[in-house]
Amino acid sequence: MADTSFDWLNPFASIDLGIASWADGIKQWAISHREMIQPIKRFFESVIVGIEGALHAVPPLVMLVIVALIAWQAAGRRAAIVVGCCLLVLGLLAPEAWGLAMTTLAIVTASVILCVLIGLPLGVLAGKSDRFEAFIRPVLDTMQTIPAFVYLVPVVMMIGIGNVSGVIVTIIFALPPLVRLTSLGIRGVNPSVVEAARAFGASPAQILRKVELPLATPTILAGLNQTIMLSLSMVVIASMISVKGLGNEVLRAMGRLDAGKAIVGGLGIVMLAIVLDRITQGLGRSGRERGHRHWWETGPAGVLTAMFKKTN
Amino acid sequence: MAETREDVIRCEGIWKIFGDKSRHAMEAVRARGLSKKDIREQFDCVVGVQDASFTVGRGEIFCIMGLSGSGKSTLIRHINRLIEPTSGAVYIEGENVNAMNAEALRKLRAEKIGMVFQSMALMPHRTVRDNVAFSLEVRGVSDAERAKVAAKAIEMVDLTGWDAKYPDELSGGMQQRVGLARALAADPTILLMDEPFSALDPLIRRQLQGTFMELSAELHKTTVFITHDLDEAIRIGDRIAIMKDGVLVQIGTPEEIVTEPADDYVAEFVAGISKLDLVTAARIMQPMAAYVQANGPQDMGTWPVGKPEDKLNELVDLAVGTDHPILIAAEGAPIGVVTKRALLRGIQGRDEERAA
Repeated sequence: MADTSFDWLNPFASIDLGIASWADGIKQWAISHREMIQPIKRFFESVIVGIEGALHAVPPLVMLVIVALIAWQAAGRRAAIVVGCCLLVLGLLAPEAWGLAMTTLAIVTASVILCVLIGLPLGVLAGKSDRFEAFIRPVLDTMQTIPAFVYLVPVVMMIGIGNVSGVIVTIIFALPPLVRLTSLGIRGVNPSVVEAARAFGASPAQILRKVELPLATPTILAGLNQTIMLSLSMVVIASMISVKGLGNEVLRAMGRLDAGKAIVGGLGIVMLAIVLDRITQGLGRSGRERGHRHWWETGPAGVLTAMFKKTN
Repeated sequence: MAETREDVIRCEGIWKIFGDKSRHAMEAVRARGLSKKDIREQFDCVVGVQDASFTVGRGEIFCIMGLSGSGKSTLIRHINRLIEPTSGAVYIEGENVNAMNAEALRKLRAEKIGMVFQSMALMPHRTVRDNVAFSLEVRGVSDAERAKVAAKAIEMVDLTGWDAKYPDELSGGMQQRVGLARALAADPTILLMDEPFSALDPLIRRQLQGTFMELSAELHKTTVFITHDLDEAIRIGDRIAIMKDGVLVQIGTPEEIVTEPADDYVAEFVAGISKLDLVTAARIMQPMAAYVQANGPQDMGTWPVGKPEDKLNELVDLAVGTDHPILIAAEGAPIGVVTKRALLRGIQGRDEERAA
């Protein structure tokens, strides 16, 4: 291409910096260094298998009750009813739907746990340091906007198809809101309260633990909610690299133009999304909204505590 | 008081210049004595505090009075080093606060200094008790001890029974009581009060001033009290510093400030202040010798008698019962005379009698 005469009006056609082949070089390097990544892969694998095993081991009806109780505790009675109904619909969609949903839930759970482990410290750092915020912002923009198919290939080359790749791809897509909102939450803490904490002799670590993180919690939980939703929205794409679960149903249905199967998978994902959304939104309510009651004074735990007090 | 005075807080030549080039600006000030305007134009820096020096004695209440933007809140934050001075140093009980390492500074803040903020700055996610005990918590004091100390501090500000509530369940006045309890909880040597009552409505402000003055009479804390209200400064302060554009214009007792303002700015401030409870007979009386020389010997047997430290208010009470001037006597011996004319002028705040 570059051998034809140079055209000033269209210079780009005759310049080839070789970025594509350079990037391909990274892929080659990754393939030849696969061994290095194996221990990390095994660790991820065992985490996912553990979670999936646990979710599958619980009988569906018991699981339904447990999740509804969690929703009641976290978000109140009304949310618990919504969550219970959604799970019921999910189970009735198709005989195999519940099992597929648990597989998907396992992938999402693993991704979200890892997102929190990575995202929370990054978010705190970004909230504290303008320079780090300026550095990480374009990185987060890239992670959120770059099409998933672009990094699907290198990740598969490096790690191979399967759940671990699925989780990593999901993390890349779902991490940014948690980092952003953690930073926003830390920055939004009333500076006069932080000053008061300093004036009474708190160290920077104590200020973070006792003042900034508690006051930023509603914002951080909003970020967590977004991260969970984005994780769920990745399950179809992740199924392209052989991740099982509801996403795989949708993918297969697409291949066979099977609208019925697609609806089962799609609705299943939606139900799961509603369940997770209601529970995490409930967590973000402020103390004032809950009437300043401790968590053990509300929901099923509150009922238990009250019963225990009566019998005493 | 002056002889036995022990300085708890000593501020020496504090300068605070805000801006990226504050160091250079400071050097230029030292070398060339730049004005504030020059500093702003040449270095794009703002002078917050300009060469402030003062001392506060043990148990004294030192008021810093100034309008908003005069730098008083900036100055008070130098005492516990929430703000680093560009130049100068603060000594607390002889120790240089600006030379302390982070750990020593935290210990000082938690154990020796209590601070009350205009914005209250209570922690909304903590109960009243946990707010009050915060300084003990960061020092790692045990739960039981914290509960005991917090209960005591909460009782001092009459909030017993509210300790399990959250700040947003309390009224503004009660919140500031919590702020006061938090500052007193660790039994600090020094209290820093940054316009503590300014955000409250007048009635509640009066009440809290009363609470504060009772507590301070009982506890004798060395206090630096910031206010933009001269009435408040006069009511509360043992000494008052007037601050204007980052400069301490005048430091003195309330009486000195009111009767001998250092410049027009202070004079304008004190013009509207009632002298009745401030100015003493000693300040407006004509000495005995001068009076006798001017009016000849008189029969003073029927004259009302006051003491030199009596305020104008008390002299008025004496004067309404008689047509005679008031005799001022110290330890039984007459030392001066306050005529009606001098008394009226004194209430007005003019010094005509002495000038004449």
